Amino acid sequence: MTPGFRHLRLALSLGLGALCLLSLSVGAYEVPAAGLLSDPMGLLVLSVSRLPRTLAAVLSGAALAVAGVVMQQIARNRFVEPSTTGTPESAALGLLAVTLLAPGAPVWVKMAVAAVSALLGTALFVALIRRLPPREVFLVPLAGLILSGVIGAVVTWIAWEADLMQLVGTWLMSGEFSGVIAGRYELLWIAAAAAALAWVAADRFAILGLGPEAATGLGLNPDAVMRLGLVVVSVVTAMVVVSVGMIPFVGLVVPNIVARLMGDNLRRTLAPTALGGGALVLGSDLVGRLVVYPFEIPAGTILGVTGAAIFLWLLWSKPRHVA
Amino acid sequence: MSPERISPDRTGLRLAVLTLLLLVAVLGWLFQGLAGNRAFILGLRLDRLQALALIGAAVAVATVLFQTVAQNRILTPSIMGFDALYVMVQTLAVAGLGITGYTTLPAGAKFLAEAALMTAMAVMLFGTLLGRGGGGANDIGRTILTGVILGILFRSAASLGARLLDPNAYAVVQAVSFANFGKPAAGLTLWAAAIVVPAIAVALWLGPRLDVLGLGRERAVSLGLGHRRLVVGVLVLVAVLVAASTALVGPVTFFGLIVAGLAQALFPGAPHRVRLCAAMLLACLMLIGGQWLFERGLGQRATLSVVIEFAGGLMFLALLLKGRLR
Amino acid sequence: MIDVAEVSCRIHGTEILAPATLRIPDGQITALIGPNGAGKSTLLRLIGRIAPLQSGRVSIDGLDLAGTASDRLARQMAFLGQSTALASRLRVGELVAFGRWPHCHGRPGPDDRAAVAAALAEFGLVGLAGRFMDELSGGQAQRAHLAMAAAQDTPWLLLDEPMNNLDLAHARTLMEALARRRAQGGSALVVLHDLNFAAGWADRVVAMKAGRIHAEGTPDEVLTSDILSDLYDTPIEVGRHRGRPLVLHHM
Repeated sequence: MTPGFRHLRLALSLGLGALCLLSLSVGAYEVPAAGLLSDPMGLLVLSVSRLPRTLAAVLSGAALAVAGVVMQQIARNRFVEPSTTGTPESAALGLLAVTLLAPGAPVWVKMAVAAVSALLGTALFVALIRRLPPREVFLVPLAGLILSGVIGAVVTWIAWEADLMQLVGTWLMSGEFSGVIAGRYELLWIAAAAAALAWVAADRFAILGLGPEAATGLGLNPDAVMRLGLVVVSVVTAMVVVSVGMIPFVGLVVPNIVARLMGDNLRRTLAPTALGGGALVLGSDLVGRLVVYPFEIPAGTILGVTGAAIFLWLLWSKPRHVA
Repeated sequence: MSPERISPDRTGLRLAVLTLLLLVAVLGWLFQGLAGNRAFILGLRLDRLQALALIGAAVAVATVLFQTVAQNRILTPSIMGFDALYVMVQTLAVAGLGITGYTTLPAGAKFLAEAALMTAMAVMLFGTLLGRGGGGANDIGRTILTGVILGILFRSAASLGARLLDPNAYAVVQAVSFANFGKPAAGLTLWAAAIVVPAIAVALWLGPRLDVLGLGRERAVSLGLGHRRLVVGVLVLVAVLVAASTALVGPVTFFGLIVAGLAQALFPGAPHRVRLCAAMLLACLMLIGGQWLFERGLGQRATLSVVIEFAGGLMFLALLLKGRLR
Repeated sequence: MIDVAEVSCRIHGTEILAPATLRIPDGQITALIGPNGAGKSTLLRLIGRIAPLQSGRVSIDGLDLAGTASDRLARQMAFLGQSTALASRLRVGELVAFGRWPHCHGRPGPDDRAAVAAALAEFGLVGLAGRFMDELSGGQAQRAHLAMAAAQDTPWLLLDEPMNNLDLAHARTLMEALARRRAQGGSALVVLHDLNFAAGWADRVVAMKAGRIHAEGTPDEVLTSDILSDLYDTPIEVGRHRGRPLVLHHM
């Protein structure tokens, strides 16, 4: 491992740690750093509100960044991420269906339905981009964005008719952590577990990114790896959508920046990517909490602006490959 | 140019049929199920009719013009983020002035100021983007993607700006972020007409030059056209037209694509004046006929925009998959 | 030995490859030649199980393609196709190391590291190991892909037009590397466009035309003026140089 890698990872870890501490200390109630143990109110605030919120931001950011990398390997395209492939809209469609058809279903059923419909939507995207004219790098994310729009139109229409617009709004356009308390974010651990699964299979995804020919030549079944990847992406997205609402661009900008610095050898880069994703979302949440204090701006709104701006920069700054 | 050019006779016939259909839709819209206080209801319907016709004409002309400038049949101002830019300007105005300040301003002056600001920004932004000439298909792809991301950026910036400046203004932002053909903004129709009608007139007057512009930059320049000036002028027209339609109903991403695509399919290789008229007729027909059908036939108000967006999105995907980028 | 029996391929009803039966002996370099669209790549991809078999059977060193795990086959043969464009941003050393996947599954041991180092050295990439693939020239990138196939360390190498982007010296280095493997019992099946590389290095030549096997045999048997002129539908003369055929087409 070269010194550069270590420095990057160390810097990311320290940065994330500092952000966590800051996140734990920021809020209406002043939690004393010293004598915390003798302050029952402080402990309560910390364990019920601050810690869950911090964890929720870190977990969803890390999981989304990893899901973005996986999606990019599946599509073999740098400019896709779960939120530009119709995945959150599909998850919302499933949730909406289960809310309307079986309102009394237990939470795990709703989650399963959301994950499965996210899977179907993402698989539709993958099937779609296989039919795109080859070598059209920029059409892949474009097709994904339009597919998101089409599925989103269906979701909006059903929600409008069923008077569920507010619910759908919290799923698709907030990325909001202000409502997170203990008991309301634990699904994100499932997202983190799915991301961990991606880490275990990191080499397989990296080989998939070399193309189906190379993967077959090395004795892998590219379709099986792709299915595994779709499961990871769908589970992560569905859990994030349900818990805090979709957070845009994390899965796109973090992996792209990490790839510029360190390349795409996923075994090495997944950890920094996850750290970076966690730091980015937590940082955005902190900015949202501090900038118009005591009001709050959702992390997703802040990332919508910064993420889109970084995306544009990524789109135009890089000279295209010659080969 | 397309080899299967439409003959002048068929052009006239098709335009006449479209006009006739539109007339039926208009009459149906105005007089079907008229009961009770006839004069009052007729007045209401007439207002909405004007608004719908304005929106249709504005979107149609803006899209055809934009496609000529961009030298591309899949690009539309909405896909490139024009609508979102207007929504951003509008919401930033709300946030900047505060809700009370905003609502007490005269609607017309406000609208004109917003339209002017949006036009300036659009020309700056898209003038450079399109001025690059767009090399291969890959660059077209990148240009469209840029537009789409710009749209997301503008929408996010609108909601962020609103929340930053006035946390309560967020609801106002949401209200202007969705298209609703059922309730065109009252009080703006006249103001919108005051800029849409002259803009369309200018576009029709420019018709022959647009035909030359459609041959591509090199040809246009070698034929002695003031290419740069014409492009900027057309972008200004596009911007004011989009501002007007967005102010009236909100953003409609794919409507223009459908209309321009249909006009192209029905009138292949026709000159710009014909295509502009055809697109306007088709747009008004779809809006008025569709709204008539949805409102009275199906008893719903808000869904025409969803249907149009859905169908337009599918059409866009089909164009992408067939590789018809140009 | 690679045993191909009645293998054919149709795409959308069009016959790309007529039923072909062929034995490719091991311990030799076999060149697959023929005009564009002859079905060479298709045959190579079918043997390398990159494209699924539609009919017929293929076995490699007694392993039936249909009945053997892909992972096992990856230790028997390495395949390098024509499309080597990479979407991923990898360093040369990382790419070559992925060639060891069938052996180590992501947990490289000393053997694996040694094989990677040897492959890098064989293709003159030692100084480039830390560079990103997207910073390389076409020829350097092609060598990196060749090194990856070499690192797979398999009895068989299946290469589809491996000379792409290579200059004369590196093309020769490649053929010499194949010859070295042959000396240790290795085998190669290579689609070649430059007939003189086939003449100079191959032990056996298979000529294909219009989805059929047109001729096969030693270079002396196949690389004749008659067969080649017929194969490419253009007059070709064959001279001799140092006991091997020399193909001439500038007359």
